[in-house]
Amino acid sequence: MKMLINTPESVVTDALRGMAAAHPDLVVDVENRVIVRRDAPVSGKVGLVSGGGSGHEPLHGGFVGAGMLDAVCPGAVFTSPVPDQMVRAATAVDSGAGVLFVVKNYTGDVLNFRMAAELAEDEGVQVATVVVDDDVAVTDSLHTAGRRGTGGTLFVEKIAGAAAAEGAPLDRVAGLARQVVESSRSFGVALSSCTTPAKGGPMFDLPAGELELGVGIHGEPGRERRPMMTAGEIADYAVDAVLTDLRPRHPVLLLVNGMGGTPLLELYGFGAEVHRVLGERDVPVARTLVGNYVTSLDMAGCSVTLCQADEELLRLWDAPVRTPALRWGC
Amino acid sequence: MTAAAASVDREAARLTDLDSAIGDADHGSNLQRGFAAVVKVLEAEPPGTPGAVLTTAGRQLISTVGGASGPLYGTLLRRTGKQLGDADRVTADELRAALRAGVDAVAQLGGSAPGDATMLDALDPAVEALATSFRAAAEAAVQGAEATVPLQARKGRASYLGERSIGHQDPGATSSALLFSALAETAGEGAAR
Repeated sequence: MKMLINTPESVVTDALRGMAAAHPDLVVDVENRVIVRRDAPVSGKVGLVSGGGSGHEPLHGGFVGAGMLDAVCPGAVFTSPVPDQMVRAATAVDSGAGVLFVVKNYTGDVLNFRMAAELAEDEGVQVATVVVDDDVAVTDSLHTAGRRGTGGTLFVEKIAGAAAAEGAPLDRVAGLARQVVESSRSFGVALSSCTTPAKGGPMFDLPAGELELGVGIHGEPGRERRPMMTAGEIADYAVDAVLTDLRPRHPVLLLVNGMGGTPLLELYGFGAEVHRVLGERDVPVARTLVGNYVTSLDMAGCSVTLCQADEELLRLWDAPVRTPALRWGC
Repeated sequence: MTAAAASVDREAARLTDLDSAIGDADHGSNLQRGFAAVVKVLEAEPPGTPGAVLTTAGRQLISTVGGASGPLYGTLLRRTGKQLGDADRVTADELRAALRAGVDAVAQLGGSAPGDATMLDALDPAVEALATSFRAAAEAAVQGAEATVPLQARKGRASYLGERSIGHQDPGATSSALLFSALAETAGEGAAR
């Protein structure tokens, strides 16, 4: 397997050095693996901290900046960061208004952020946590780890980030973040396996003529495998899976997300099919974002995320944002 | 700890392979990184008591491993070490009681119980068998890990597989068995199989 890397061990560090060189608005602590916006802590503002395993770029480092996240801590590839990173991030961005941890629902992320919240509070930082669990492909039960957090994370980070930028207090920012979690659902599809640098080969075998429906962003297997389908058939399947769970009473925000190995030519074509299906199901689309935002290394495939947005959420979505990967209105 | 690190190092590829079947293919490399850091810090500043060795090792795992195994193994060692206190020497009974506290802390943190196809399926019977010998504990852990094969995973990333997790040995239970084998080896009783 050919990869544009130095060594599997240095993949994350090398990427962080590159981010530092490319984005002077960010302070990148390569050694401790923390990325912080240069003007942090912003006086009187709630700090937003997120993080998780690397390999999902631009999530989360690409979303650090005005109107979105204040700091992130990238872990090793597909592995949660450690509490030390999170505490460092929290203390770097806390202006006294408190910090919101945005956590994707994976056992490792939840445990490490929980430990970090306790440690940060020992250091006098008020912490609230929101856990994102938008993936309808897995069962949500008390006896399992519950639903995975995927594309909905982007909606949470953008909308909570906008509220924090406006000066909303911690409980309000956390409340909005939870509202977005409750309003968001996702479904992912893989056309190929991803390749982790540590393994140096595909994580799972997916025969050339088949696709995996309901895949996770770490290549976790999904609901079922089928012979390859057209973009239109995949859109029917994915949107129906989401709408079975979410019956929007408001227009939706739509994210048509690439998993890292699918070109925009295909993603836009797929996005057109998603719009067709939503039209057929009488779900109005307020805003659409198409691109690679929550990726899975080099996996070919896509995911669909819908967030039903009332006027307040829509206004916060439209608010200005200035980050490496998401930028509008300023 | 040195024996544990060596064992994790030796078996890292196997752990990662087990993990790639039902998880995300990083269990071996993550533990390898963590235990290498543990050995480094213990060599740099050797703690004075067995309890301090375990708490230091546990803190180091939490700070370096990440994922779920960092907090879970870190908590196991830290809580066990804290329970041992400042004693210069500990008896087998004291170690067993301390490990019981450590394993209970893991169960609480992970919100899991034996039978969920997690590391607890190896840890729990191992602590029970420690009443007999270190060797018996190591063997109980290996058997416990093997017994996860027919179980459906209910915690962690493997739980997303639902019924398809059946037929796979849990990587966390497997690495737990490695640690108990290292303990038996260090006690001069030989490793389990």
